[in-house]
Amino acid sequence: MAEVKIQEFWRWPETNWVNPDIDWKKGMVITAGVDVGSVSTQAVIMVDGELYAYGNTRTGSDSPNSAIKGMGFALEKSGIKIENIDYCIGTGYGRVNVPMAQQSITEISCHARGANFMYGPEVRTVMDMGGQDCKAINVDDRGKVLNFMMNDKCAAGTGRGMEVFADLIRVPVWEIGPRSFQIQKEPSMISSTCVVFAKSEVVGLLESGMPENDIMAAYCSAMAHRIMELLNRLGIKEKFVITGGIAKNEGVVKRLEKELGIKTAERVWYKKEYIDRKYPFDTQLAGGIGAALFGQALLKMGKAKSARKA
Amino acid sequence: MIVAGIDVGGKNVHIVIKKDGQILGKVSGPSGIKKAESVEQLYDEVLKKTGLTRKDVERVVATGSAAKRVPFANGTIPDAAADARGVIKLIPTARTVIDVGAEEGRSIKISPEGKVLDFAINEKCAAGTGTFIEAMSRALEVSVDEMSKITLQSTQTLSTNAQCAVFGESEVVSLIHQKTPKPDIARAVMNAIAGRIASVARIIGLEKDVVMVGGMAKNTGFIDSLKKNIEMDVLIPEDPDYMGALGAAEVAAAGIYTEEVKAKVAERETVSEGKG
Repeated sequence: MAEVKIQEFWRWPETNWVNPDIDWKKGMVITAGVDVGSVSTQAVIMVDGELYAYGNTRTGSDSPNSAIKGMGFALEKSGIKIENIDYCIGTGYGRVNVPMAQQSITEISCHARGANFMYGPEVRTVMDMGGQDCKAINVDDRGKVLNFMMNDKCAAGTGRGMEVFADLIRVPVWEIGPRSFQIQKEPSMISSTCVVFAKSEVVGLLESGMPENDIMAAYCSAMAHRIMELLNRLGIKEKFVITGGIAKNEGVVKRLEKELGIKTAERVWYKKEYIDRKYPFDTQLAGGIGAALFGQALLKMGKAKSARKA
Repeated sequence: MIVAGIDVGGKNVHIVIKKDGQILGKVSGPSGIKKAESVEQLYDEVLKKTGLTRKDVERVVATGSAAKRVPFANGTIPDAAADARGVIKLIPTARTVIDVGAEEGRSIKISPEGKVLDFAINEKCAAGTGTFIEAMSRALEVSVDEMSKITLQSTQTLSTNAQCAVFGESEVVSLIHQKTPKPDIARAVMNAIAGRIASVARIIGLEKDVVMVGGMAKNTGFIDSLKKNIEMDVLIPEDPDYMGALGAAEVAAAGIYTEEVKAKVAERETVSEGKG
């Protein structure tokens, strides 16, 4: 009997990485940031303020286990044990439920700080596009939050909305961006705001024989438009960057740039040596990086004590 | 005179055939993706049941979000006007009509003559519509009817955070994982949707008597939550889900679906859209 494999089109690949250029045993301070989002969890380990290892996993049904899983995945190839970490900060939706963390900081602060590290001090507006919410944040040159706007009430314009769409149209979520440009002519956007109604609209469009790629383009446009509304309310300043999972979807990003008339910063490390050494750049890491950097700063300023056990 | 009222909504089609004020036949069915075809089929079905042919029906008036999908209609009227007409005939004391269907929720202020004075509408968001209840009943793994019944058995009030139907589904799933009794989850969902609908109704103000129509009016669990939220009694006419079709038939019989009425109501619709 043939095995029926249930495909999960929303399921993006989980990744981890260890920096081959750092010997953690020579490091002075090891800090960690665990960003437990509603959809994904990232654990980031930094040694003396440099990116050392990370794990990017899917959030499970409860936050503590997701944090443990994410941390385990980050540490997997590193040789570091939890006991070797000086300070760990939890952030994200599940930040108060990170068992290995000594403290929690909101994801807005962490994303702002992380974006500053990843994209450089010229960043002024950070759009964090998360799994179940999105936040537009204005920051200063040190990555400090000046102002922000968020939508956490409605799935339209969030990663979850894109996942629902991927499942409906049966296309892996990371293929939606590239395929949304394989079209003859840009279609008009999906008119429903609500994800539930958009689903019915998409079913209708599929039924009417509209090509799948065109529907993807129409959905990406609608999402870009939704994000733009939030950004316009906050006020957008260059350098403008997007963090979170949707930043990887060029179908949304390019359409957003077109609608705003502003380019997003190139998705590369601000630190030149990170580029030269080909460190992987993952927009979902901003929260975790920011949290780990806060840990580093707190220890340095003497506002926190090392919790290192080994 | 034999007339027909056809209500083509987001999810269902309702058709009523009337002769001199008496209902000869009625039918309802899913509108499906090809709404025009569904309407044709259901219309033929109800005519067959009543032993009539299309030629016997003097006038046909259509209403609902897809009213224009009825090519054989003599005219169309907006949903709010159909609701108002239908309700005032059955409950003359009605002043506020709350109509919650599959994909829309609206509140209508009506005059003693059954004219639409004002209305507010939510058609942008599934929270506050029948679709929300359907999605939640799927997450609860009970039928919508069952969910309505168990709501009344709830013993504790939970507060839920999620407004969005997509997030609500995840929240319901996690409540189930926490072994929260299903009646309490059902009650929390009903309270949430009642809150959304009440806030739409408060835009225009709630005036006695409040009458509830549309598919959601048949959901006793929801009605209970709504009554508690607005702290007023809510009257439910017979066949509340047929109200749009009944109103359309009423208008067909009176022959007031003229261009003038249509223009007036269209004008009112544009004004009210800004509020909704």
